[in-house]
Amino acid sequence: MKKSLSVLVLMSMLAACVTINIYFPAAAAEKAADKIIDDVWQLKDGVPVPAVKQEVPPTK
Amino acid sequence: MQKLIMSFFVILTTLFATSWANAAADLDVNTPAISAIKSSMQARHAQLAPHYASGAVGLTKDGLIAVRDATAVPLKDRQGINALVAAENSDRNALYKEIAAGNGHVEWEGEIRNTFAQRWIQKAQAGWWYQDANGWTKR
Repeated sequence: MKKSLSVLVLMSMLAACVTINIYFPAAAAEKAADKIIDDVWQLKDGVPVPAVKQEVPPTK
Repeated sequence: MQKLIMSFFVILTTLFATSWANAAADLDVNTPAISAIKSSMQARHAQLAPHYASGAVGLTKDGLIAVRDATAVPLKDRQGINALVAAENSDRNALYKEIAAGNGHVEWEGEIRNTFAQRWIQKAQAGWWYQDANGWTKR
């Protein structure tokens, strides 16, 4: 009885490990993707920085 | 009875510990290989940006780019446009592969690609073209 119980405990722990480790971290992946895209496309806070500066009319 | 309760708590703690560790896990995208690919893509973006804006090049649904309308490419750029797009796709493919491998899960490449495909499109500027289930659409 005791032996089969400890075997059961061991097997459920192993099953838990396998199940959790094959989970794809979707949230982390999205965060990483956003970071890379922001760098490649030169986005600041997700908004593109205009390449050409607008001419500011002189104020009197 | 005591031993049963003890072993139950051991299982419970193990489950919570491992799930917490994975939930807090971030994807590492700061490896030298990834940084190199990123710099290459950043440099190329200066050349690609006008083609995104004109609709000549669009974002595909598998995280790559494609020439959508060759006639929208200015004459001076027509010769090199295919090579430019191919080079960008080569970098993108390498990027997805490298992120998966760098995080110890080569099998994650497909899901990383899908994640990027969605995010490229989400962050695209108004007027850029992308592929959805029905074909090309304007952002």
